[in-house]
Amino acid sequence: MAATATLSLARRTMVSSHSVRARTWKVEIDGSVVGSISNQRTVEFPVKAGQHLLRVKSTRYLLSPEESFEAVAGQVVKFSCHPRALSPIIFTRWLIWFLASLVKHDLWIGLEFVNTSSADIGATSFAVLENIPKIPAGASEIESSLSARPSGIGSGTITGTAARAPANPRSALVVSNLTKRFGERTAFSDVSFDVGYGEVFGFLGPNGAGKTTTVRTLGTLIAPTSGSATVAGIPLSPENGVEIRQRIAIMPESPGLYLRLTVTENLEYFAGLYGLRHATTRINDALEAVNLGDRASDLCASLSKGLRQRVGLARTLLSDPEIMFLDEPTSGLDPVASLEVHNLIIGLRQKGVTIFLTTHRLDEAEKLCDRVAFLNTTLRTVGRTAELREQLFKRSLRVKTLEPIGDPAEFFTRILAVEDWRPDGANTYVLTVSDPEVAAPEVTRALVSADVGVLFIGEAQHSLEDVYLELIADDAEARRS
Amino acid sequence: MMSLDATRLRAVVHKELLDYRRKRAIVVSMVLLPILFLVEPVVSIFVAAPSESSSALDSFVILPLLYMLLIAVVMPSTLAAFTVVGEREQGTLEPLLTTPLREQEFIIGKGAAVMIPSVALSYLVYGLFLLAVELFAHPAVATAVFHNGPILLALFLFAPLVAGWSVVVGMAVSVRASEVRVAQQLGMLASLPITGVVLLLAIGVIHPTFPVAIAFAAGLLVIDLITLRIVSRMFDRERLVIGTKATRS
Ligand SMILES: Nc1ncnc2c1ncn2[C@@H]1O[C@H](COP(=O)(O)OP(=O)(O)OP(=O)(O)O)[C@@H](O)[C@H]1O
Ligand SMILES: [Mg+2]
Repeated sequence: MAATATLSLARRTMVSSHSVRARTWKVEIDGSVVGSISNQRTVEFPVKAGQHLLRVKSTRYLLSPEESFEAVAGQVVKFSCHPRALSPIIFTRWLIWFLASLVKHDLWIGLEFVNTSSADIGATSFAVLENIPKIPAGASEIESSLSARPSGIGSGTITGTAARAPANPRSALVVSNLTKRFGERTAFSDVSFDVGYGEVFGFLGPNGAGKTTTVRTLGTLIAPTSGSATVAGIPLSPENGVEIRQRIAIMPESPGLYLRLTVTENLEYFAGLYGLRHATTRINDALEAVNLGDRASDLCASLSKGLRQRVGLARTLLSDPEIMFLDEPTSGLDPVASLEVHNLIIGLRQKGVTIFLTTHRLDEAEKLCDRVAFLNTTLRTVGRTAELREQLFKRSLRVKTLEPIGDPAEFFTRILAVEDWRPDGANTYVLTVSDPEVAAPEVTRALVSADVGVLFIGEAQHSLEDVYLELIADDAEARRS
Repeated sequence: MMSLDATRLRAVVHKELLDYRRKRAIVVSMVLLPILFLVEPVVSIFVAAPSESSSALDSFVILPLLYMLLIAVVMPSTLAAFTVVGEREQGTLEPLLTTPLREQEFIIGKGAAVMIPSVALSYLVYGLFLLAVELFAHPAVATAVFHNGPILLALFLFAPLVAGWSVVVGMAVSVRASEVRVAQQLGMLASLPITGVVLLLAIGVIHPTFPVAIAFAAGLLVIDLITLRIVSRMFDRERLVIGTKATRS
């Protein structure tokens, strides 16, 4: 192998406007195309030692910037490129184009030298390097072998509570020790969790637990008092607000529609705010998704609460967000409409959209969420629903008999496999056991020999509701003591 | 250097104008205000006694002319009062702030949406007034009106500038106010300094000449820009959403 160096090119977003995320750019070294790069990606190319010319091109723009660089064997030469912010004076692009092109080549795409470091090629880079065709070669799909965003169910990084993974750059949300206080009142305190890409994450808690405040904080609407977070790979800070908001969508607690505008006009406004120009198809798709196609030209003032809620949901679909924050999306919806929203969320999850779902409805969380978190000012627990149940409850048997047992206390204490018992309604008993498979036959035998008619015996299922009530009860107890 | 996005700005302006058209109170005041401000000057021009000396006439027509300038002061402050509190009261501010819209785009977009109808209506009123004078007023009075070059220039030059002032002050009030009504009343205070200047001109303390008009315009522009800067500092997302400023410890 000839003495080689590596060219590493990173593409950053400068959020300004026009569908920046969409286009891939061609990367040209010494006049031949060696690959392409899309938004938020880093690609690496092997280059021979010596002088080279790098150019980044978009089919959209006539002009492309170029930089020459000197590659020394064994070194990584790093460049970064980004779309330029659209200057406010450039309304009439074509005219400015011709004038500006006389003096400026990096009008649309900026290209900058970052630094040179000695080769420090990690595992991913090797994989990439192997796939890279020899220079010169035609445009290739190098980036697809790189950090493509996972899509589909369950492909996101999912971390349990027990072993919290270190801040993963591929996590959609990384929250660490986040606290928000309003003067004396603490809305939430020292909250830490991760959400993987493509995950549906349920955020549960009683009224006033701080759920909405968390959503607002992560959505850059309000600043945290302390702690840090990364949203869609971008650190949460006031300077990054626009960039973060470009990649997320939030459905607030109340839909907040302009009542004097029609449904379509409301959506057109928001499409414009997301920098989408010709959004008619998107708007129609979003309306279809929430089953509102036939109400498109109604004034929002004439819609019922549930229908307004659905318009609010359609609004979050417009911008094709990476992360959606839904603050109680089904509150006020009838069962059929709730079901539609559930199906919509399932569909979004299949498309790989990360969803942060705040809800009071435990059945909803249980049905939709990969993992749930319980918040009550502080984060009580995070985990998969099944794990949570096991974590919180010993296993138990439920026994229903035809007639009451004479002296249940005496009766159950005599059975060895039963650790504890409590009545649960008429002729029904819940037994705490360590192994239901041992206990169930033993209990059945005891009942039969005592001549008690058995109606039902089986393992008790704890719902998320039990988990929820258990946690909240803990809190209440802690407060009392 | 702040970067503004044309698509987002256009969306804000378009939506605001659409919303105005659907709001009866605004449509009515947009029709009534100009009529109100047109009637007074036209009447006073018609009752002017043409027998007076031309210099007396010249100074007589100044007040009716300047009176029309107040449209560009009053209308924007009423509309600007809605910009923030209005949206907060309707509950539309939070969703709006979840979008990539920048603070500057919010201010400039909403400001432009207020300025456009206000300035357009002012110019319309000026035009109607001058037409009425040309067609129906006594020739001596008409001459006096058209002789007042500096004032006419000032009218056209000042309309956007005083509107700008009102808008910026109105928005500042709107950020802090708890209710639309309070904001509207406080916003009216914005018109006080300008009314003061109009008075000084009318009673002859300041003599309207071209240099004075230009100097005033330049001064207004500077004041507008300074207040705009101050107001954009006041725009804090947290304050807009929940009504208090962020505290970071
Ligand atoms: N602007 C504010 N100023 C002062 N305190 C606030 C403010 N907003 C929220 N809080 C307080 O922060 C706490 C958390 O409120 P938050 O709205 O986040 O709760 P929530 O979990 O969303 O409740 P719900 O289920 O009722 O929607 C509450 O005690 C609330 O009173
Ligand atoms: Mg809430």
